Amino acid sequence: MIDSIRGQNLLTLDDLSSRAIVEILDTAESFVEVQRRSVKKVPALKGHVVASLFFEESTRTRLSFETAAKRLSADVLSLAVASSSVKKGESLRDTISTIDALGIDAVVMRHSSSGAAVQVSRYVPHVRVINAGDGQHQHPTQGLLDAFTVRQILAERHATSGLESGAELFKGLHVLIVGDVRHSRVARSDIHAYTALGAEVKVAAPGTLLAPDMTKWPVTVADDFDEALQWADVVGLLRLQRERGSGSLVPSLAEFTSTFGLTVERARMLRPETIIMHPGPMNRGVEIDSRVADLPTAAIARQVSNGVPVRMATLFLSMAGLKKDGSI
Amino acid sequence: MSSLVIRNGYIVGEDSVEVGDVLIVDGVIAATGDVGETPSHAVEIDAEGCWVGPGFVDLHTHLREPGREEAETIESGARAAAVGGFTALVAMPNTEPPLDNAALVAYVLEQGARTPLDIAVAGAITVGREGEKLAPMAEMAALGVRLFTDDGVGVQDPSLMRRALTYAAPLGVRLAQHCEDELLAAGGAMNEGPLSSRLGLGGRPALAEELMVMRDIELVRLTGGSLHFLHLSTARSVAMAIQARREGLDVTFEVAPHHFTLDENSCEGFDPIFKVHPPLRGAPDVLALREALRAGLVDAVATDHAPHAPELKDLPFDEAPPGMLGLEHVASLTFEALGATPDVASLLFEVLSRGPARIAQLRRSDARHRLSAHGGALVTGEDANIVVFDPHARWLVQSENLQSRAKNTPYDGRELSGRVRSTVAKGRLIVNEGLLV
Repeated sequence: MIDSIRGQNLLTLDDLSSRAIVEILDTAESFVEVQRRSVKKVPALKGHVVASLFFEESTRTRLSFETAAKRLSADVLSLAVASSSVKKGESLRDTISTIDALGIDAVVMRHSSSGAAVQVSRYVPHVRVINAGDGQHQHPTQGLLDAFTVRQILAERHATSGLESGAELFKGLHVLIVGDVRHSRVARSDIHAYTALGAEVKVAAPGTLLAPDMTKWPVTVADDFDEALQWADVVGLLRLQRERGSGSLVPSLAEFTSTFGLTVERARMLRPETIIMHPGPMNRGVEIDSRVADLPTAAIARQVSNGVPVRMATLFLSMAGLKKDGSI
Repeated sequence: MSSLVIRNGYIVGEDSVEVGDVLIVDGVIAATGDVGETPSHAVEIDAEGCWVGPGFVDLHTHLREPGREEAETIESGARAAAVGGFTALVAMPNTEPPLDNAALVAYVLEQGARTPLDIAVAGAITVGREGEKLAPMAEMAALGVRLFTDDGVGVQDPSLMRRALTYAAPLGVRLAQHCEDELLAAGGAMNEGPLSSRLGLGGRPALAEELMVMRDIELVRLTGGSLHFLHLSTARSVAMAIQARREGLDVTFEVAPHHFTLDENSCEGFDPIFKVHPPLRGAPDVLALREALRAGLVDAVATDHAPHAPELKDLPFDEAPPGMLGLEHVASLTFEALGATPDVASLLFEVLSRGPARIAQLRRSDARHRLSAHGGALVTGEDANIVVFDPHARWLVQSENLQSRAKNTPYDGRELSGRVRSTVAKGRLIVNEGLLV
């Protein structure tokens, strides 16, 4: 277990302790304030170069990371790469070496293959690697911003601040994660973040959309979805990943929606204060009804805006110790 | 007249070990025991403390020629094999194009004949290894092919497999199956289990292998055919094959060194060097394979030597091709797995030489196809295919020092016990002191 990501890569949440996660959340709190300034910029990473390397399409994560890097005054090299390195005829090592040759300090990377960021971190040990989503493995900053959002909302309700509460508000918190767990890197990161912080996590999904062998996961599988909804303090919905073949794992989208979608009827079973989350992009009408997504307890827009300070914190901590202009 | 004397080694027989010399004259063992004065022109090898036994035979080598010469050639593969103590090997047919006809088989045999080893060929069972139509097995058998396989994948269609077994039986050849149901293993990159689930990698379940083992045992029962199971990797697969053999079916099986030395946890760091089909399994399976080996229940250890160009192993885990090197360290790994003690000598030569030579039908020399005899006892008149193995040596695997053209060994930096000191192929000293002569 790692107690701090200072000067470290962020490839997975699996090996982060509660302390390391709280440090990131706390650092993010201090960057929230930057967002409210008229000049939304701090000089923390001045003179540093962050490459954003997206092998897989993404709008919000990429924008969020690039905004974060710019608010820290880093220079951003933004590279769009074909989705499959095989199709392009270039190995992962060659692609990263080329970019490294341009002179970079960190790389924010998304790839459709699980483990790609881990591999890249071995090829360029002098560069900090931030995993922005790798296949079905991990999406660490999503897990962090989800935890950050939950803590922020709970802190407001308890008239305290995130900073003061540490991990306290997660103790015994009931988190229900619903939907395509099998293909979801978000689920894998979320589950670790929540359980490391002290929450209790249940998952609900058709059997085929659970991961094949979840015996060692720190979660229980809900027997009854409706009961689990009443149990939950937080409901995290997942996008049904039809592009990864989820469609063939359930008889039909309509059946998925009627059994595991958060319909208006099901949303009524939730306690009024239960927080509804979704990492986006949403399939409205599939895993979540449009009207539910727009409920006041839905934190979806807040998740997006929290992405920037959480990613600023991640870049700031991860790149700590890189000597440039003495600014870090 | 060329002659060679191997002095003072432990000559390892099927169930006895005796100290003595081996005199080799013109490719044949001329005398054993105390051979007395060395002829003046003879080369002498001091084998004191070493095991002297029949040269190793690999049932499962991917030589990559034709088609993937950047990874391996018949010549470079033969060099790697020689260093590993092999005097014969069976070249797998999943080349590009695949060895599914007599002309291509003849090409590989021709190139193989230029090496000091005996290079036998396994032909494809189906045209193009596509699993749809029988390849001309009889024509290939006429060139001396004794094993047929679509290795890389198994024959998926049970009715085609039944037909292949029935067709092959009167030809006196054996089929060899890569057991994995590709529909069940679809999209899989590693063993299915809690680890694949956590890593977000598609799983290849043990059942994908076991179902095909089960199916093929019953097809052998139905057809009376002969079948060799390639690289069995799970406890249940091995148990089923052993049981089938006990029931009198003509079933043999091999295990590969990576399956009895590495487990799925090696995949934790997403290094494609550890990607292989069938995949590295869980620790209990590794243990079961080692137990079967020690109990003498395994017919053969075979390398599944699978060279790949470095850029292909720098791809993401799910896109990288499966397979790893095996020829140069299999003897040490097998020796270690057997317990690395003096009393495992006979077993070591059983699984690396006698067993595979029987399965490949290389026990007797075959002048018509230019093949000498392998895996026999070291007795006067026998073809001199011999390995000298030093059970006391320790050595460090360094990928850059391997003879193979590719470098994808999962054992880089690992220190191993026991090492091939000398290899004598058809009477010729081709490796001495661990180095090519």
